[in-house]
Amino acid sequence: MPITMAELYPAAAPYFGWDLARDLQELLRYAFMQHAFEAGTVVALSAGVIGYFVVLRGLSFAAHALSHIGFAGATGAVLVGTTPIVGLLVFTMSAGAVMGALGQRLRGRDVTIGLVMAWSLGLGLLFTRLYRGSANLAIGILFGQIFGITIQEVAATFVAGSLTVLALLVVYRPLLFATLDEEVAEAKGVPVGGLSIAFMVILAVAVSEAVQVVGVLLIFALIVAPAAIAERFTTRPSRGLLLSAVLAVLFTWAGLSVAYYVPYPVGFFITTIAFLSYILARLVAPTLTLPRRRGRETLAREEQARHSP
Amino acid sequence: MARSTSPAIVAEGLAAAYGDRLIWRNASFTVNPGEFVAVLGPNGSGKSTLLRLVLGLLPPAAGSLQVLGERPHRGNAQIGYVPQRRNIDRDLPVRGRDFVHLGIDGTRWGVPVGDAADSHRRVDEAIGAVDALAYADRPIGRLSGGEQQRLLLAQALAGRPRMLLLDEPLASLDLRNQIVIAELVSKLARANGLTVLLIAHDINPLLPIVDRVLYVAHGGVAIGKPAEVITTEQLSRLYDAPIEVLQDSHGHMFVVGLEAESAHHDG
Repeated sequence: MPITMAELYPAAAPYFGWDLARDLQELLRYAFMQHAFEAGTVVALSAGVIGYFVVLRGLSFAAHALSHIGFAGATGAVLVGTTPIVGLLVFTMSAGAVMGALGQRLRGRDVTIGLVMAWSLGLGLLFTRLYRGSANLAIGILFGQIFGITIQEVAATFVAGSLTVLALLVVYRPLLFATLDEEVAEAKGVPVGGLSIAFMVILAVAVSEAVQVVGVLLIFALIVAPAAIAERFTTRPSRGLLLSAVLAVLFTWAGLSVAYYVPYPVGFFITTIAFLSYILARLVAPTLTLPRRRGRETLAREEQARHSP
Repeated sequence: MARSTSPAIVAEGLAAAYGDRLIWRNASFTVNPGEFVAVLGPNGSGKSTLLRLVLGLLPPAAGSLQVLGERPHRGNAQIGYVPQRRNIDRDLPVRGRDFVHLGIDGTRWGVPVGDAADSHRRVDEAIGAVDALAYADRPIGRLSGGEQQRLLLAQALAGRPRMLLLDEPLASLDLRNQIVIAELVSKLARANGLTVLLIAHDINPLLPIVDRVLYVAHGGVAIGKPAEVITTEQLSRLYDAPIEVLQDSHGHMFVVGLEAESAHHDG
């Protein structure tokens, strides 16, 4: 499976200059690039939206593990003769449902999650070996293969991506309630247990999609980085969600564009852009951005004034 | 406001248990509408369990319980609930206002459509009622304990309940803030005709405002005016151990003899 431009079109000498319209034309000249942009955009949108909740719920590591479990699924699927995405979905969704059912008990289970994750990678390695296919199969799943994506896969990605975003919009408020204030949400009748499972299953679908773009190992770049940056700049959940999605799309577009001109893997560029943006965000907003707060003493004086008889 | 005269809570021979573990039993009491009841008792005696029963999160192990004329059920919109607080993450990227908003539409599915202005007005109203407008737009994790408590109270009020269940709202507040918050709850309850069940460790900040005390200890429940329940005789019988209640010149009450029970209270 080709993963760099040089392998695909060794003789191409693409235009690159200040004429943005022509740049865009150049970028979308080939069908494989159009497919990459289409699938990449959909994947980034759903990754950014669900990523906001992943970070808010403290499930970054679980999301990471989910993608590794997907590796065993994807390679296993190839071994039994179906497409990787089927195996990815089956494995991540089942694992997601189990993690969701564990809910709060999942927190602090780093060791267990890590072991399952390592074992899944090992299993995937075995499946790859048993398949006796080229190492490119494993490389493609581990690091993404967005330039090899077919029109059918684009369509499937579009359906899956729309479903995840739609599902998240449907559960948005109760999920936010359950995330921020589980006890009150439960008392108010929010099905917190069911939502926890539903969320992890939606995440499993989003992760399986994202694996096509950045692969199992680089998933953090699309699911966690944009959300983590967004949460430094806004204290409003709706804006955080939006900003996270926009950032994920920008990272993907930028990564794809650079990879078109420079003969190195797109996964490298997307993760690099995500990483540098995160560093930049930390420098610009070293801590959560707050509206300027009046001094504690002023507040204390006000309180005193309010309550003195 | 039309206030119903039927009791807010009626318990008859009520028992609470987690699985096989009996927490308390044989509790019979009535709470009247608009009444302010402090729930007292040592840790692990089942005070929060009582709230869980009223909320419908735990079914009675025996006996009957009526809440606002119905059997308790989860998701009762007529009950505002503020659970015991763990610490809110300082970096939680959410404003106090967003917490309050969840009290209005946090249970609704789908994206908000229609009258956003109306729900914003209700959020402002609730925040104004607890005097928290000055800091409602800051990240909630950055606020002081008292400020957070006000906003969580606003969240409970935003749903326009008829009953408030507050689990240790005064814990981890300094003495002055304990009195301020207790008075605020009392003021709001009277203004809105709310029935209040408030769990506390110390009766003293509540003495000026409570109507009655519900004492949960050693598998039993007793209710009455503070001066009736918090007495040497009553508590000694409830605990089945020698307890002494002392009063200072200001009427403050001190329960002596519970040291073994209360040693781990404030940890």
